[in-house]
Amino acid sequence: MEKLLEVKDLHVSFDTYGGEVKAVRGVNFDLKRGETLAIVGESGSGKSVTTKALMQLIPMPPGRIKEGEILFEGRDIAKMNEKQMQKIRGKEMSMIFQDPMTSLNPTMKVGNQIMEGLIKHQKMNKAQARKRVVELLDLVGIPDPEGRMKQYPHQFSGGMRQRVVVAIALACNPKLLIADEPTTALDVTIQAQILELMKDIQKKTDSATIFITHDLGVVANVADRVAVMYAGKIVEVGTVDDIFYNPKHPYTWGLLGSMPSLDSEDEELYAIPGSPPDLLDPPKGDAFAARNEYAMKIDLEEEPPMFKVSDTHYAATWLLHENAPNIEPPETVKKRMKGMANSSSSSSEGERV
Amino acid sequence: MSQEKLVEIKNLKQHFQTGRHSVVKAVDGLNFDIYKGETFGLVGESGCGKSTTGRTIIRLYDATDGEVIFNGEDVHGKKDRSQLKKFNREMQMIFQDPYASLNPRMKVEDIIAEGMDIHGLAENDKARKEKVHELLETVGLNKEHANRYPHEFSGGQRQRIGVARALAVDPSFIIADEPISALDVSIQAQVVNLLKKLQQEKGLTYLFIAHDLSMVKYISDRIGVMYFGKMVELAPADDLYNHPIHPYTQSLLSAIPLPDPDYERSRERFTYDPNNHDTSEEPEFREVRPGHFVLCTTKEFEHYKKEHGTVNQ
Repeated sequence: MEKLLEVKDLHVSFDTYGGEVKAVRGVNFDLKRGETLAIVGESGSGKSVTTKALMQLIPMPPGRIKEGEILFEGRDIAKMNEKQMQKIRGKEMSMIFQDPMTSLNPTMKVGNQIMEGLIKHQKMNKAQARKRVVELLDLVGIPDPEGRMKQYPHQFSGGMRQRVVVAIALACNPKLLIADEPTTALDVTIQAQILELMKDIQKKTDSATIFITHDLGVVANVADRVAVMYAGKIVEVGTVDDIFYNPKHPYTWGLLGSMPSLDSEDEELYAIPGSPPDLLDPPKGDAFAARNEYAMKIDLEEEPPMFKVSDTHYAATWLLHENAPNIEPPETVKKRMKGMANSSSSSSEGERV
Repeated sequence: MSQEKLVEIKNLKQHFQTGRHSVVKAVDGLNFDIYKGETFGLVGESGCGKSTTGRTIIRLYDATDGEVIFNGEDVHGKKDRSQLKKFNREMQMIFQDPYASLNPRMKVEDIIAEGMDIHGLAENDKARKEKVHELLETVGLNKEHANRYPHEFSGGQRQRIGVARALAVDPSFIIADEPISALDVSIQAQVVNLLKKLQQEKGLTYLFIAHDLSMVKYISDRIGVMYFGKMVELAPADDLYNHPIHPYTQSLLSAIPLPDPDYERSRERFTYDPNNHDTSEEPEFREVRPGHFVLCTTKEFEHYKKEHGTVNQ
């Protein structure tokens, strides 16, 4: 598969009165056509800022892309001006936001909101656009599309509103869809419906998706590959099986261990102690060291590079260095890894890249 | 766990008048007991009335009908100030949003001690300060935090302050209304572990309201599932997850994504259709398995009993 998107060494900072907040500090990843990449991490880890940078939705100032390239089909988005960007935004890449209550215009009929992009980008006339809106509403599973398109957002329930948001995002058949916590505000049953819908549409249109969430259950459901972010960096990236069944980074262990599984007994949850670092003044060495019970001396001095675990799996932790002691992940995480016991990549060393 | 009832909820109704002729029946005829020392989980989708139930039990709303019997006395009905005070001391609440539930103009010390001041629990300033420091340490903060304001804390820390405030008057029963929904995953585990620890140390009873079913399963002894103001199923936590009987519970459980890709690839979702029920009579709450209650009609009851009645693990 060819690469649709390549992000190289992306740095995004915000200039505030307190100083420069380094929200994203050197992020690298790529995305193929038709693939779903999930980005997980705590609030403040830089996952939303990364994807907003892709769409150039970061308010500048105070924000700025300090360094790095965002190659979308070979063109560098980071260097585009607003006019060029407007041709891409909504047409070739589009975004689904977290809160369907605030991402729709309450004073506009739903149909007109979906038509906006079609008229602007696809140069459709009103009649054509209206026909397409009916198709789209049908696609996202809203019954009675002709009647519903004449209604206002407040006449829709939360799940239905999120379907409208999905319809807007899909209107121009984007090649890249960015979903920023699209189901966090919804109930589990509605969440399941929206996730199924998104997967279904992805199959039909072969668009690539970046899925931001902190719900690891959702990640396991939708993702092909997973990137774990911490303090503005990707600390581990791999296929969904790599991350869930053979995690290497202690932060990933912490995330997995802090979620109870439905068959877990009465043992205490594995909680990551402390809270994330202040990105105004990121700590020296590994940003996770202060919360990491496996931290070594070197973690406090030097930042770990990415180590290669397998062709698809990389992690930035000194534990994978050849001189590092052989450390086993905590019991609760090991239980989840049961299925991968016989995998070849269970060694605790990686190749430095 | 003892079988002594701490709270009995009898036919509780909470209706809201939303227009001259329209009434929202947020809670419509609830019956359940909460035993001393247990954690009772209440789950359901948004709008099913679970938060309203919690708020009605603690009398933030006046119930339309029904009784909440706490330690043998009805919470609702005419009460003078001193009687109400007694309940308020025994029952406390932890709220969902740690940003909205702490007064931004008050110092942490005063937030935590407010209940103590009202109930006259601290003899003098020194005792008050000491108690606040002790509480802060119990919830994993330190005493230097007492002189700060809420905005200086992170979400997880604020929720700890909320827990400390609830504990300040030594209650025996705490209603936790989605106490972890607004927190990050790693912080959720910290707060849940704290709640569990406190329960063991102080013998607290919890009513834990949430929509995150895996967390509810983890923390609760028994779970009630609500749907449109009614309880449709009530069972011990494990039994509910392993043998859900009511089709709504089954659909709810089948919708939870789990952090396990292999399971996710094979998970099949089951949709609930309320029209499939037997409508020949009003459904009632019946015991299908020992301790496992389901809202059903006689006909459905026979059917459930045949299918799920025998205990086989």
